[in-house]
Amino acid sequence: MNERPILIIPCSGIGKPFGTIGRDATFRVVDELRKGRADTSCLSLLVMGDEEATEQIRESDCIAVDGCPLECARKNIEIAGGRIAAYFRVMDLLRDNRGLKPKQVTFLDDDGTRLAEMLAERIAVKVDELGGGGLD
Amino acid sequence: MIKPKVGVVSCSGECCSLGTLSRIATRRVLEDLKAGETVTICLPLFLAGDSGERMFAKQFPTVAVDGCHKLCATKAIEKYSGATAATVDVESMLEEQGSDPPASRRIFTPEDMAMVAMVAGAIVEKVDGIKEAQDA
Repeated sequence: MNERPILIIPCSGIGKPFGTIGRDATFRVVDELRKGRADTSCLSLLVMGDEEATEQIRESDCIAVDGCPLECARKNIEIAGGRIAAYFRVMDLLRDNRGLKPKQVTFLDDDGTRLAEMLAERIAVKVDELGGGGLD
Repeated sequence: MIKPKVGVVSCSGECCSLGTLSRIATRRVLEDLKAGETVTICLPLFLAGDSGERMFAKQFPTVAVDGCHKLCATKAIEKYSGATAATVDVESMLEEQGSDPPASRRIFTPEDMAMVAMVAGAIVEKVDGIKEAQDA
């Protein structure tokens, strides 16, 4: 059992629906599905080398969630010296669910919401496997 | 004469609802209020991306939209790309108004959307100011 919550870091994608799906899924896990057992942090803080955020990354098992192939979340966690315990890509989820075609970026449409729900479930299972805890 | 577009870069702000507020306001400007006149980039791309991404603020006069006082967007752009043309500090705006941040970072109420409109208006003012300076 991890003493610390699992840290889920989504990418900050703002140009396409994929980043929104990753963030929405992350917030579902952190705020609802595994509240208290998972946490998140601003990717921008890592980019800026914020001391507190970097320490949190280095002391936690991290789950990276990337929207696009540029893999900003994974790369920035690694650059900060973090340990990636699991990795999810929205593009992989889309490949497995070709019938779903998310289009809206700001607020997810039905297909985007369905994908976010599926991704959140997968992340929640991984949080269980990793045994996150510590915020209760 | 083709006028150069203005960059609008939001912080990623996964830590709190102010980040969501910043991103939605930024998207509103990009999609609606200043569509065709503005462009954006994911903030962590400055670190994970190549030299092309780091040219962003040199190519486009850029408005940074920061959710909190840490001002990650402003600092990241200035560190990795070039000087920003303007900053919108969302937390300061809310403090001046005596408004609390949205309660959820995923689901926004009509009151939260009124704050989005206010922040989007502030971004538009900055964009207009930059374009007026270009015309002068």
